[in-house]
Amino acid sequence: MKLVAVSSCPTGIAHTYMAAEALEQAGKAAGHEVHVETQGAAGSTPLDPALIAAADGVIYAADLEVKDKQRFAGKPFVDVGVKKAVHDAPGVIAAAVAAVEAGVPAGAAAAPAAAPATKVDRDAGAGTKVRQWLMTGVSYMIPFVAAGGILIALSFMLAQVAWGGAEGAIEVTKVDAATVVAAFDPASLQDWSVVLLKTGQLAFGFLVPVLSGFIAYAIADRPGLVPGFLGGAAAGFVGAGFLGGLVTGFLAGGVALWISRWNVPKGVRGVMPVVVIPLLSSAVVGVVMLVLIGRPIAAAMDGLTGWLNGLSGTSAVLLGLLLGAMMGFDLGGPINKVAYTFAVTGLATEGLAADATQYRVMAAVMAAGMVAPLAMALATTVRKRLFTHAEQENGKAAWLLGASFISEGAIPFAAADPWRVIVSSVVGSAATGALAMAFGSTLVAPHGGVWVLPLIGNPLGFVAAVVVGTLVSTALVVLLKSLAHDPVVAAERAAEEQRDAALVGQPA
Amino acid sequence: MSTTTPLITADLVAVDLAATDRTDVTRRLIDLLAAAGRVTDADGFAADVAAREAQMATGMPGGVGLPHARSEHVVVPSLAVGKLAQGVDWGAPDGPARLVFLIAAPASGDADHLQILAALARRLVHESFRTSLLEAPDAATVAQIVTREVVPS
Repeated sequence: MKLVAVSSCPTGIAHTYMAAEALEQAGKAAGHEVHVETQGAAGSTPLDPALIAAADGVIYAADLEVKDKQRFAGKPFVDVGVKKAVHDAPGVIAAAVAAVEAGVPAGAAAAPAAAPATKVDRDAGAGTKVRQWLMTGVSYMIPFVAAGGILIALSFMLAQVAWGGAEGAIEVTKVDAATVVAAFDPASLQDWSVVLLKTGQLAFGFLVPVLSGFIAYAIADRPGLVPGFLGGAAAGFVGAGFLGGLVTGFLAGGVALWISRWNVPKGVRGVMPVVVIPLLSSAVVGVVMLVLIGRPIAAAMDGLTGWLNGLSGTSAVLLGLLLGAMMGFDLGGPINKVAYTFAVTGLATEGLAADATQYRVMAAVMAAGMVAPLAMALATTVRKRLFTHAEQENGKAAWLLGASFISEGAIPFAAADPWRVIVSSVVGSAATGALAMAFGSTLVAPHGGVWVLPLIGNPLGFVAAVVVGTLVSTALVVLLKSLAHDPVVAAERAAEEQRDAALVGQPA
Repeated sequence: MSTTTPLITADLVAVDLAATDRTDVTRRLIDLLAAAGRVTDADGFAADVAAREAQMATGMPGGVGLPHARSEHVVVPSLAVGKLAQGVDWGAPDGPARLVFLIAAPASGDADHLQILAALARRLVHESFRTSLLEAPDAATVAQIVTREVVPS
């Protein structure tokens, strides 16, 4: 039998190594191959990943937290502490052998699949590393998307009841949350829906900072957190959306990693993690985002808006195509915002006829904005194997978010795999925008998704446009992802298969 | 390693050490280190060792006591060895200790020295190593055996 072990002790001088030697000797005596990683004061050499992969079981003879424990996920193990390994190594070996023969503990097998992919393989290639960094950020962001999005959707539902009709979903967003909170009436459904909405919006406020912060964390470990979060907040401030958050995540991680590797005098070393690294890296990331990136984005948004306004004479279908593409491009980022604001601004025009272009534009924009999350939800349902576990979970929430016109539901997918998802989203959303225009659907409300269907003119055309665009997007993303090899998804599949094999081999 | 201070010399070895308990044995070995100028503050270092010992007794299988600490009172990584005339309980389940190794490591030990200490801990698991030390006739031989077995040449 092949076993791997980790030993450690408080001082890292004596027990760590005695346990290692004792386990190796006892293993040899009992005819097993034992490799021990000594996580002691003399520095530890990580076990060869090949050895871990080949190992039947794991022994934790550690009094300190095992470093990078995730490497051993899914394998049968015994956790004995260092002292027992020193004094009774043969007994520990026997216990480990028994654990292996008993098979994989169910709890241990399920745990690694659910945990966010937070560890980055040091020996991986550049492409794989980038994917793992992205996935780390995305896996921490997903719960915020789900929690915030579902709260907002619930608020819309409740508002229908509270205001007695589809207008509720509109009215609820017009109420000033601060006023409601100051004079909260527990008997008022309207107040409840306002509070739910505000809570959901607050959760959404974290999307980009969490994405950026945990990408930086994956790159630079803890020093990356502060500049990462701050960069994400700055991206939000200048309206750079999640694409801006990706930029700040990588930038913050890179800068923090670089500074933390500086060889500084001993006296400064103590204040490096608390003061120097957060201070310098935050300053760099903040200045870059606000000064270098903020202005071009603002200028580009102004330019796009002016250009859209100049297009008023163009054919309606072409305008719908364009607006749809913009909605699907960055899902709440600057380009999406330009298209959305263009539509909402049109609503304010006074004295419009019921079938005015402005209302048709609003319908096209909302329909297009629902496509990306719905398409991702559908894709994770029909082609599970192309997505990570975290994405599959997020796909379930994306149904509700898409139906509620919360485009953010697709951000985790787009952040994890930008170009494939964005290309698919843009094409599908553009199709929906053009179709909604062609069908002549109208909308007088600025948001609400399916909750404002009663307010939509030609609702059947609206739904048809959304369905067609969703199918197009889904087909495209499935195709593009099938052609690519995703290292993270592949690793998850491999771990799953290994586990299944272990479970099958287990005596009943 | 030849240019640095050796981990152990004959004057850090006490043979036929007559002492009654852990604290006493440890103190006698610390005094050896202090006399050799390897420990600046014997009381301070004794407190550090006692603190470590209180966390978890360092009695090892095969009649070995292995008190140790990383301490700011230590100048160079050092090892003091005591061969006890009478076994002293060191908290090991299999009986009293007859060989006591006191490891003194500076608070910021460099990797090379820590590697040697790691090697020593590993050797202690082997009965042949322990026996050869128990049978060594004098301090110089003990120091010689440890150096030969543990310190890379």
